[in-house]
Amino acid sequence: MRQELSSQDVRLVDGLRAGDELAFAELMCLYGAGMLRVAEMYVPSRAIAEEVVQEAWLGVLKGIGKFEGRSSLKTWLFRIVANTAKTRGVREARSVPFSSLGDARAGEPAVDPDRFLGDGERFPGHWAVPPQNWAPERKLLAKEALDVIEREIARLPPVQRAVITMRDVQGFSSEEVCNALDVSETNQRVLLHRARAKVRGALEEYMK
Amino acid sequence: MRLARELACKEIVELVTAYLEDVLPIDDRERFEEHLVFCDGCDRYLEQMRVTIATTERVDLGELPPELEERLLEAFRDWRSSS
Repeated sequence: MRQELSSQDVRLVDGLRAGDELAFAELMCLYGAGMLRVAEMYVPSRAIAEEVVQEAWLGVLKGIGKFEGRSSLKTWLFRIVANTAKTRGVREARSVPFSSLGDARAGEPAVDPDRFLGDGERFPGHWAVPPQNWAPERKLLAKEALDVIEREIARLPPVQRAVITMRDVQGFSSEEVCNALDVSETNQRVLLHRARAKVRGALEEYMK
Repeated sequence: MRLARELACKEIVELVTAYLEDVLPIDDRERFEEHLVFCDGCDRYLEQMRVTIATTERVDLGELPPELEERLLEAFRDWRSSS
């Protein structure tokens, strides 16, 4: 049954089932902060998000014995967090419908339209203010660049924030994100694109 | 034979993630790549998106708040002793 699981997943699942605290610590190190980020998407406060993570964790413990490895441990874990958070969000009755949080279909452009030539120009839609070269490179390698990115991610609408955090910070595949958050692949991609475009914009400011 | 008009920069920048995820239909992909050959602005935009992704990968999410992790650990211990 567990042919598809990575050796890391097999080790973690076996460790958790055995009550091994090292497996617990490793799991928290890998996904703990990410679980909280996902929970925060659906509920109105950080405090409630923490409760959601606790509640989801009880669900994980309840289900780990029967976990069959049809998805990766990570996908399974995050689906439990997302589902717990959604249920809680509804109960709080303050949650905004998922689809309207940073709506993927809203015509929010990746780049400020003013940076392109207008319809009356000879080359409408082409760059009027093209991106400048980013130099020196060491500025990108500095800790400050990471602070700029973190600040920008924190300002994103919750779903965009969750998608870029899962994809680019935590290295989830698009399939894993779609499964965990229950969004279509197209939606996921649009959300990711919006988020990345804004982070690029923040870096552009920083590199000026 | 290509009847479709060429893509404007404004459209190119919206296709970057689809391009990087390799989900563009083949003819769009070709038009995208052709555009980059003569457009330094879009070529640079694509490169900067790659740099943005690579730099974002270096962000450390940090850890769970210690009190929360402690509560989860307690739940884990309770579960272990009851199962």
